[in-house]
Amino acid sequence: MIRPSGLIAPFPKTPRAGMPMIRRCCATMGRVLLIGLVVGGAMALLCDPAFAAPQEADPDYRTLPFISSRVAIWIIAELHLMFAAFVLAVPMFALIIEYIGYKTGDKRFDQLAYDFTKLLSVSFSFTATLGALLTFGLIVLYPALTKYLVKIFSWTFLPYVLLFFFEAVFLYAYYYGWGKFSPRVHLFLGLMLNIVGTAIMFIANAWLTFMNTPSGIDELGNLTSIWDAINNYIWMPINIHRLIANMAFGGAIGAAYGAYKFLGARTLEEKAHYDWMGYIGNFIAICALLPLPFAGYWLGVEIYAYDQSLGITLMGGTFSWLFIIQAVLIGNLFLAANYYLWLSMGRIAGAERYRKFIKYLLAVITLCFIVWATPHSLVATVEEARAMGGSHHPILNVLGVMSAKNTAVNLLILTTYVSFLLYRRANKDATVSWAKTGNLVQFGIFAVVVIFVVFLGVYGYFVDAQTRIGLSQPQVFSVLFAMVAVTVIDIFLFRGAKKRGDIAWGKIPARAQYALFFLAITFAWLMGLMGYVRAGMRQHWHVYGVVRDTSVDAFTPTLGFAGLVVSITVIIFFLFIAVVFFLSGLSSQKNWVASPKRTRRWFRRAKPADELDAGTLSSDAS
Amino acid sequence: MNLLVLLVIVAALAALQLVATRWVTVNRLAWMAVWWVAIYLGLAYGINPPLPSSIIVLFMAIVTLALAVYLSADSDELASAVQTVTAFIVEKRFRVALLTVLAVLPLLVALKVYTNLSNPPQPPSSSRTIHPPPPASIIFDGTAIDLATANNPYRELEHTDPAAFAQHVENGRRVYFENCFYCHGDNMQGAGMFAHGYDPIPANFNDPTTIAMLQESYLFWRIAKGAPGLPSESTPWSSAMPAWENFLTEEEIWDVIIFLYEFTGYEPRAQGMPH
Ligand code: HEC
Ligand code: HEM
Repeated sequence: MIRPSGLIAPFPKTPRAGMPMIRRCCATMGRVLLIGLVVGGAMALLCDPAFAAPQEADPDYRTLPFISSRVAIWIIAELHLMFAAFVLAVPMFALIIEYIGYKTGDKRFDQLAYDFTKLLSVSFSFTATLGALLTFGLIVLYPALTKYLVKIFSWTFLPYVLLFFFEAVFLYAYYYGWGKFSPRVHLFLGLMLNIVGTAIMFIANAWLTFMNTPSGIDELGNLTSIWDAINNYIWMPINIHRLIANMAFGGAIGAAYGAYKFLGARTLEEKAHYDWMGYIGNFIAICALLPLPFAGYWLGVEIYAYDQSLGITLMGGTFSWLFIIQAVLIGNLFLAANYYLWLSMGRIAGAERYRKFIKYLLAVITLCFIVWATPHSLVATVEEARAMGGSHHPILNVLGVMSAKNTAVNLLILTTYVSFLLYRRANKDATVSWAKTGNLVQFGIFAVVVIFVVFLGVYGYFVDAQTRIGLSQPQVFSVLFAMVAVTVIDIFLFRGAKKRGDIAWGKIPARAQYALFFLAITFAWLMGLMGYVRAGMRQHWHVYGVVRDTSVDAFTPTLGFAGLVVSITVIIFFLFIAVVFFLSGLSSQKNWVASPKRTRRWFRRAKPADELDAGTLSSDAS
Repeated sequence: MNLLVLLVIVAALAALQLVATRWVTVNRLAWMAVWWVAIYLGLAYGINPPLPSSIIVLFMAIVTLALAVYLSADSDELASAVQTVTAFIVEKRFRVALLTVLAVLPLLVALKVYTNLSNPPQPPSSSRTIHPPPPASIIFDGTAIDLATANNPYRELEHTDPAAFAQHVENGRRVYFENCFYCHGDNMQGAGMFAHGYDPIPANFNDPTTIAMLQESYLFWRIAKGAPGLPSESTPWSSAMPAWENFLTEEEIWDVIIFLYEFTGYEPRAQGMPH
């Protein structure tokens, strides 16, 4: 058996900060390359006909002591996914922020992008290690399944490993090369990093979506078209859903980092900087959150289209209870995101004018949350069911169906957008001559779109399922239209606006920071939960309808057990993240100096405010 | 809806608002408590038929969260609320009120326990899955039917040969009134003469969440295999739906399906959508 620890051992220590950049890159890249080679080699071995030839002694499954194979793979895969999501997401917005800094010439943006990027290198190593662990886990514990998947996807593993190598090159060049290249070259590196990262995810998504909705194979499971196998029903929907969700997740974790640093900040400058970082992270998370429901629906529709049973298992069967939890979590996401925005308004002079609207926004959010979380099948006692005249409640029924939920989520999105708008204009007074008209037009657009969305929602009750599903599109587009149109008007409306005061970064209550933690944790939980749903809906199949799960774990675990595993995974993930935060913060600590009083401290804290040069936002600008 | 109850609640809220603007100042904490109680009463007593308690708990949890957000979204209001509570606990003039609250809280809990225990015993509420996933294929009369692709063979007649289609509808009507209406009722509301003896009660086909959102092959499976064919999450033993494969032919089942849709005016869910 291959022992990963033995192979990685030749690189004993994490390179110290004092190492020259080039050596640091080489060491880390060497390690990455090694992991890549091991994975690639193992795959090649499996492809080898001699190895793949059936031998009587070859078991289909192997077991682990103490923990079932399934739970082991489940946890490792989920952790790998979470870290991968983070590592793919951060470069996306780091690049955008860096670009803003480049265009506006505002150094703070550059610093912020760098602050986010600092979280990457440790996470990247974790991702790679977990990925290797997952591969080994699959090869050792699920040899037959792995062999089948490798047979189907044989050559796609090569570009995967290659891209992985390029990912490492670009990532470390982007990170260690900060400020060392001309801005354009550096931006280009960031762009390549993103392209390569997205490509990696698309390839891995092909393997995993194939397991749910296999295509491109014949009756016996033999490959007929590799492209069909890759481009199976849910490949694109998952690609898109993940791309956006990763962004939201990455933003939320970045915001949590800001919050963590904010709470520990000693100086006003630090507080201001990390408040801003938290705000930007949250901004990214919400921007990505808004289109997510649409991507989710597309995914759901494709699952249904592939196979009715799969669709019903997902949305109507046992797993529908997990969608209630999903709905509650998503409702919480919207609530917390808005809460953070409202608290943020406390740091802006002039925002008091808009306080009175919070009530109404909250009322709308709460109502939509309730509709969004209303289950379709109810948990009711016999007495209650008799009283309702069936398993469905005549009034709740109205709320439990697609039309109502689509409407609710569209309104949730619009409300969150309004919170943003209020935040944006909090300290501004429009001075353009057409200010009144502009406001009226904006209001008119909102009113018309809200009426339209609600009308379509109600109309949906009077048409057949096919037409109803079609109605969600005009709903989405009208909401998108409203957001774009109002934003455009707003930009012109507040050109040269009179400012009531500046944004006092750092002036925000601590509970807003806890809201950011809450967002990050909720996102991670949601991810774990939905990842389980995606894998679990195959039930006793490894590859749905093709490779049957004949292991001892071929049963669907109870909802409680699944919830427990997901929760434990989330806790482990945040333990890892705590390590990432700690390590990422290390580089900005002052160098260790022997001091008689503090011999027991590992390092010294940053100096108090008066000793810092004024204007330095973070002492780390290597 | 229990309009009377809802009206009383709204009127009480309006009256309080009036009192608050005219005579006394009611702080945000008190308002929140009032709203919480009002919403609870509205959900528990304002809706007819009553909501299952699981739903009330879910909704109230959301409302509680929202109210907490409202209180703490404004730092001044939060500070004043905290001050009020602190004052209530430490200031002498509230001593009697404080003691009353301390005495009443356990009494309320006791009351809740008492009412819970004095209700007649009930089986625990269960999370029965009403529309479980169908199997990939079923054996009907010795031949396998693939449920993912099976279509009602007579559906296309609707456009190609309306007269023949009408015959199938008629045949479906006959099948329905010979076999199904005892349970599902003469207007398909699930309230046939036998219906009251069953738990779960027979499906109401006018309900937009039954046949209106299902494919015809799904109905075929449910009708052919009945309760015994249900997977375990739907607790097959608790449904009275017979397995009609023993009594009806394949054509009769497709016909009665057509009739169900004709009678209710719904369209079956289409199979597979463009990829
Ligand atoms: C003995 C009473 C009884 C008779 C007779 C009966 N049913 Fe049912 N049927 C039920 C019950 C009870 C249910 C709901 C149980 C459940 O949810 O599983 C049901 C459910 C159904 C469903 C599933 C609806 C859904 O939303 O999943 C269909 C379709 C159906 N019946 C069709 C028929 C047809 C067609 C006939 C006549 C050939 C028939 N039933 C005769 C009791 C009956
Ligand atoms: C507001 C709406 C939604 C939000 C915020 C949301 C969020 C998320 C997140 C964060 C993930 C994890 C992504 C990842 O692992 O990379 C996810 C995955 C998933 N979502 Fe959604 N989602 C939403 C709507 C939906 C809907 C409507 C469906 C419908 C069926 C859906 C189905 C799924 C599935 C199956 C997965 C698992 C995919 C995987 O393997 O990663 N989602 N969602």
